[in-house]
Amino acid sequence: MNVSEKTVRGDGTNNSATRNRVSVLVVDDDPTIRTIHKALLSSMGMEVEVASDGQQAVNLHQMGASYNLVFMDMDMPVMDGLQATRKLRAMGIKTMIVGVTSRNFGSDIQDFLQAGLNYCIVKPLTIEKVTPLIGEVIRNM
Amino acid sequence: MRPVSEKGAKEKATMDAVAQLQRQLVDYTASLFHEGYLDDQFNQLRQLQDESNPDFVVEVVTLYFEDSERLLNELTKALQQQSIDFKKVDAQVHQFKGSSSSIGAQRVQKVCIAFRNCCEEQNIEGCNIFLQQVKHEYTLVKSKLETLFKLDQQILAARVDPGSHVIRFLQA
Repeated sequence: MNVSEKTVRGDGTNNSATRNRVSVLVVDDDPTIRTIHKALLSSMGMEVEVASDGQQAVNLHQMGASYNLVFMDMDMPVMDGLQATRKLRAMGIKTMIVGVTSRNFGSDIQDFLQAGLNYCIVKPLTIEKVTPLIGEVIRNM
Repeated sequence: MRPVSEKGAKEKATMDAVAQLQRQLVDYTASLFHEGYLDDQFNQLRQLQDESNPDFVVEVVTLYFEDSERLLNELTKALQQQSIDFKKVDAQVHQFKGSSSSIGAQRVQKVCIAFRNCCEEQNIEGCNIFLQQVKHEYTLVKSKLETLFKLDQQILAARVDPGSHVIRFLQA
């Protein structure tokens, strides 16, 4: 699948952050993981969009989309999580960006954090891992 | 003592059959965890299944099967090349490890970890051995999960009795 499941085909004005619902972008090239993370976050009451690589995530923001929280996979084709995070920060995006990785090496995670992440967590997402992040997002809304 | 009606006997037989299937399902599921095929991540998936998403687990696992088969084909082709791109093979194994972990396929995930070590060492023989092993573990977990889903379907089918009084009774 090459196209973001929330269309990048022209509608740049998609859901913005609302006071009532936290909007989240899940960026991951694995369709199984995208589906699971979307279901998990939706079950927690969030409004979820997905993108299948870093380039799509950047495109969404360039077209005017905004989110309260971005979950960014590290390893993706086309544009990986580090490049996408750097680009988003260079665009002035202040959204909380949380790296999601299954890598073990501290140096890889350090590089990812230095690209501009707020936090980095190990896959897969769980309610326990996500809850404190949502709490912080809501406090800052 | 009142004689049991034919209808009552039939209801009891259906309930007994459903109860037996449910016990089978519980035991079979427990064995998959006990034998290491699945880990707690699978339970996390089951918790995401509800009335609004009644087929969530089957849908996600089906996605996993489709993607896994694609990945395994790509891995097979990549390791058949004259000049093997170990970085590409490693990336594919890493992806397979990630998606296996996301549905709780523990044994597949563990083989992927060892497979990646061989990629890092650029050990062709090791990579081929682990490719076969990961295919074997994937085939096993696929078969186990398909059996699990079939049991689930049998329970649903046993509950849907043309005499809907059985459903009302079970829902009570």
